[in-house]
Amino acid sequence: MSRSAIGYGILLALMLVAPAVVYPVLVMKILCFALFACAFNLLIGYTGLLSFGHAVFLGTAGYVAGHSIKVWGFPPELGLIAAALAAAGLGWVIGSLAIRRSGIYFAMITLALAQMMYFFFLQAPFTGGEDGLQDVPRGKLLGFIDLADDYNLYYFVLAIFVFAFWLIHRTIHSPFGQVLKAIRENEARAISLGYDVAKYKLLAFVLSAGLAGLAGATKTLVFRFATLTDAHWHTSGEVVLMTLLGGMGTVFGPVVGAATIVTLQNELADKVGSLVTVIMGVIFVVCVLAFRRGIVGELGALYKRMTGRR
Amino acid sequence: MSEIFGIPIQAFMGQLMLGLVNGSFYATLSLGLAVIFGMLNIINFAHGALYMAGAMLAWMGLNYFGIGYWWSLLLAPLGVGVVGIFIERSMLQWLYRLDHLYGLLLTFGLALILEGLFRDLYGVSGLPYSIPEEFAGAYNLGFMFLPKYRAWVILASLLVCLATWFVIEKTRLGAYLRAATENPQLTQAFGINVPLMVMLTYGFGVALAGFAGVLAAPAMQISPLMGSNLIIVVFAVVVIGGMGSILGSIVTGLGLGLIEGLTKVFYPEASSTVVFIIMAIVLLVRPAGLFGREK
Repeated sequence: MSRSAIGYGILLALMLVAPAVVYPVLVMKILCFALFACAFNLLIGYTGLLSFGHAVFLGTAGYVAGHSIKVWGFPPELGLIAAALAAAGLGWVIGSLAIRRSGIYFAMITLALAQMMYFFFLQAPFTGGEDGLQDVPRGKLLGFIDLADDYNLYYFVLAIFVFAFWLIHRTIHSPFGQVLKAIRENEARAISLGYDVAKYKLLAFVLSAGLAGLAGATKTLVFRFATLTDAHWHTSGEVVLMTLLGGMGTVFGPVVGAATIVTLQNELADKVGSLVTVIMGVIFVVCVLAFRRGIVGELGALYKRMTGRR
Repeated sequence: MSEIFGIPIQAFMGQLMLGLVNGSFYATLSLGLAVIFGMLNIINFAHGALYMAGAMLAWMGLNYFGIGYWWSLLLAPLGVGVVGIFIERSMLQWLYRLDHLYGLLLTFGLALILEGLFRDLYGVSGLPYSIPEEFAGAYNLGFMFLPKYRAWVILASLLVCLATWFVIEKTRLGAYLRAATENPQLTQAFGINVPLMVMLTYGFGVALAGFAGVLAAPAMQISPLMGSNLIIVVFAVVVIGGMGSILGSIVTGLGLGLIEGLTKVFYPEASSTVVFIIMAIVLLVRPAGLFGREK
């Protein structure tokens, strides 16, 4: 227990000094996607539900945050809360429809409903269509911390990430999280033990959607715009890839996966152009064929083997 | 000229025909998905990309080798089928014992690869493919003009779908196939080469997508993105119809195409979302799908 506490402490210290070494906006982007992937992992890794439309929550929250801050003049903290709540609400609607089917159908339904919202955003007047919602002011946190400064914003984003990560950690290790794992392992048995499986699934879905929304709203604050790309199925695929690459059902997997993919995209974007998609596809195929536990999962298995032999 | 609900009958029927054309693509693609799912227990996310590949192969055949429309209609699906067999042998066959989700993820990766490759080669703007001479012009039916090519697309897809239905439901080969779907071990024990059938099923399923792609080539712009936009709608069609019955997929596909066409006439803003809205309603009323069986 104390060893893992030391580990968390070192990680936190590293993240506190990170902006001195790395461009803060890049780290903030990684943190946003890491939070997004952690939220997604709560479903696939701990409940066994593959949502293939999770970008819709990222995108919706981005628009809500952007619109409320820019047009209604919300302060940033209120904009984030409103956006996360909106995403959770949408999660409740999409979730209640999707949990009516399971397995492969669940994935197809979430994808289809997310695509429907995508077309809605394409036509809706407040999203700016193809141009997106531009020039969202970052504003002042609690009225006196100026977020226009990248370093101030970085520590705010880090605080959001740590809070959300702690929340997910608590959820996984709570009795509620244990029931979710039971559903993942054997749904029929969970039902026969008297658990209202649908209710648990829906609650997990809403929580995941809300946290994905928090990630999307934070992203809007960082980049000062909200675009259709965030709601596109390509982004849904990316978060699946991040989680798969890092390790589904591991605590740190999504973070590692998000950091890897975002850095990779950042490095490759100007060099190979549209071949980035091909590279993402290849990583997908390799992960599924040879590497299903992901980076963190494989490292964990390796560590276990080595300590077991000793 | 007469009108229906205040809309000129010519425009009305035109949209309906266009809806039927789209519907025949939905039907052909969802049929392929259903056949593959029945045998392999895999949802083939690469279906849309392979449909696009069919159209691209037709375009490349014409522009690089001078292969005309009719030969393309035969050769492009064959090419796509061979690609499918390669995919099945080299990758998919290792996933059958795992969770179904891995098949979806793998084929999603394949779709990204195909789409990215073609986008790198040809960009995202559409490539033109002219309508074959035999189908230039339109029939005058008195109350409307029916473009010959649209009539051909609907007819050809219907024929292919019905032929597939006939083979699977009425022939000996189809009986083997259904037996292997029901219980692969037992079928294998009777001396039928199940892995071979699985391989050919996947090849045939994606060849259907390739065939639809060639049919689509002259009817719409060929673009690397044409498949991914379509496949998500086809997923909704599959959820609505359920994958239990072949005739069910055909009827659902055509029906939804028609409804989409009607929406384009009366409330064009909703035409891109109407299929998803219907899916949501079906999920509320009949979660297993219109023709599905609860498992």
